[in-house]
Amino acid sequence: MTSPTSERAGGFAGLADGDRVAAQLYTDPEIFDWEMEKIFYSTWVWVAHESEIPEAGSFKMSHIGLQPVIVNRDRKGNFNVLLNRCRHRGASVCEVPKGKANGFTCPYHSWSYSLEGNLRGIPYPDGYEGVTEKRDLPLQRLRVESYNGLIFASFKPDIEPLDDFLGDAKIWIDRFMKQGAGFPVKVQGEHKFRFNGNWKIQLENTTDGYHFPIVHRSWMASVDAETADMLSFMTDDAAVTHALGNGHSVAIMVPEHVDLEEDDGNEELQERFRHIIDELSQTMPQDQVRRIVRSMHGAGYNLNLFPNLSLSMSFFRVLRPISVNQTEIQHMALGLKGGPESVNRERLRIHEHFQGPFGFGTSDDSEAWDRVQRGAVANPDMPILVNRGLGREVTVDEGWKTSHVTDETGMRESYAMWKRMMSDEN
Amino acid sequence: MKTDTVEEVAAIDNRPAPQRYELGLGRLADPLVGRAIELIWREAKLLDDKDYESWQTLYTEDAKYVIPVDPDTDDFESSLNMVYDDARMRHMRVTRLVQGYSMSAVAAARTSRTISRFTVEEITADTVTLRSAQVLVGFKRDKFQMLGADLTHRIRFIGDDARIELKLIRLVNSDSAVNASGFLL
Repeated sequence: MTSPTSERAGGFAGLADGDRVAAQLYTDPEIFDWEMEKIFYSTWVWVAHESEIPEAGSFKMSHIGLQPVIVNRDRKGNFNVLLNRCRHRGASVCEVPKGKANGFTCPYHSWSYSLEGNLRGIPYPDGYEGVTEKRDLPLQRLRVESYNGLIFASFKPDIEPLDDFLGDAKIWIDRFMKQGAGFPVKVQGEHKFRFNGNWKIQLENTTDGYHFPIVHRSWMASVDAETADMLSFMTDDAAVTHALGNGHSVAIMVPEHVDLEEDDGNEELQERFRHIIDELSQTMPQDQVRRIVRSMHGAGYNLNLFPNLSLSMSFFRVLRPISVNQTEIQHMALGLKGGPESVNRERLRIHEHFQGPFGFGTSDDSEAWDRVQRGAVANPDMPILVNRGLGREVTVDEGWKTSHVTDETGMRESYAMWKRMMSDEN
Repeated sequence: MKTDTVEEVAAIDNRPAPQRYELGLGRLADPLVGRAIELIWREAKLLDDKDYESWQTLYTEDAKYVIPVDPDTDDFESSLNMVYDDARMRHMRVTRLVQGYSMSAVAAARTSRTISRFTVEEITADTVTLRSAQVLVGFKRDKFQMLGADLTHRIRFIGDDARIELKLIRLVNSDSAVNASGFLL
């Protein structure tokens, strides 16, 4: 590709300007190609949760940007992220979405690789004598690090440590995992769908408290009064969004559930969980029952991790860019590993109610995002506004820019990172 | 290894011998089966017409309406599904679809679905279980959408009345991306 500066004065960075971004960011295929290079292939991208690959030999297929990868756990317990591409003639070596294996064998000429990606076997090797050495042709390995069960990979071997990249988001990851209520968090299943729109439309949505009562009015009308009340954050001053740096942000919708270990005992458990409370109370102390039931809806916030993961209340939202105007979304339902079966089932039912292609929430989100993509082609020079709440934004003691959860502080943080990564200096 | 019969092939890796279906019995002509198919096609028409309130009345009070994710599971209770509705959820779903607050329901695709390839799985004194194939074509904003599914209906007969007791919709792409839609299958 040619350098963006040769095409545009100021490069792409000039297209994002604090409280507004150019609509071409949704519609221009050239910008999309550069985003793959400068963002997805240059930073830490989430690829798996450790519960998805629980044992030695467990693997799953995943993507970084447009490129297919395999994530696995080897016999030493290490996580490996390998490009899903045979070193011989380029065929994918794995097309099973998830499973257990001793290694991966290319179906074309049976070149076989270990879980670490080492090339172990070449059939009829005499043709390669003096031509190639197996040790020179492993599956391409990416840099891998994990934090609190979240596995990230990067194409960039010299990238900063994951710890530094996550920065203050780590506090919120730790709090999020407390919804396990003493049990490790596990992925219980996932919904997957695509919408006809750019990936950043979804990225924005995760910290968009403003759309909730409008787009999700039909969901709100269908849930019990206590759940609807729990999510009535429009006029709650304690419901805020913090910009956490490096494009990350957190939108707090249920302030009393920010730290699920903190409980002043005043909150009444929701009546909808009566059957669970009664069942657990037979074998568990009351404080543990309370801890589990208070965590049923997950953490009280959405944590947006730039560029592709969100820890959203009780699920993971993973976005995968397909093209400039198509994006795939996974909503992974979370449960308690080793926890009470009835709790995990109830969490599945809560997830099904809102999420997924037939969920009461997702279908309306998807329609709204399609509409953004359709509308944004009208005069792409007209900016997209992310200025809501700019006048009431403050910086709190932690150094985080903060405004109301219905404001667009999180989006401004994402686009500040976008601008940094897309500039010519990077 | 050279083999002459299908039984020999199955035996190589200990698979069961192929099932011999009794296909000369004319079960599709059984009056209960005819009544079940009449109900299933009526249901399809109501869904294409988006007459969800009438659709809801086709189900028994304890009926389940299921669109699973996992193509192999029958344990829907312990699995994540796209839809796992009892009467309460069905009622909320229908309310949502007709109420006018849901932008995806308001803008839902027009659909036309065909159900065929009926096979009779079970006939009892008062129930019939049928499997079938459904091909749905949807159209919205210049784009066609196609969804294929294997359906299982269990129909319960009470006197002259017939109601759906179970509808299981196994989409051919259930464990891959299924796009959100404002209509029902």
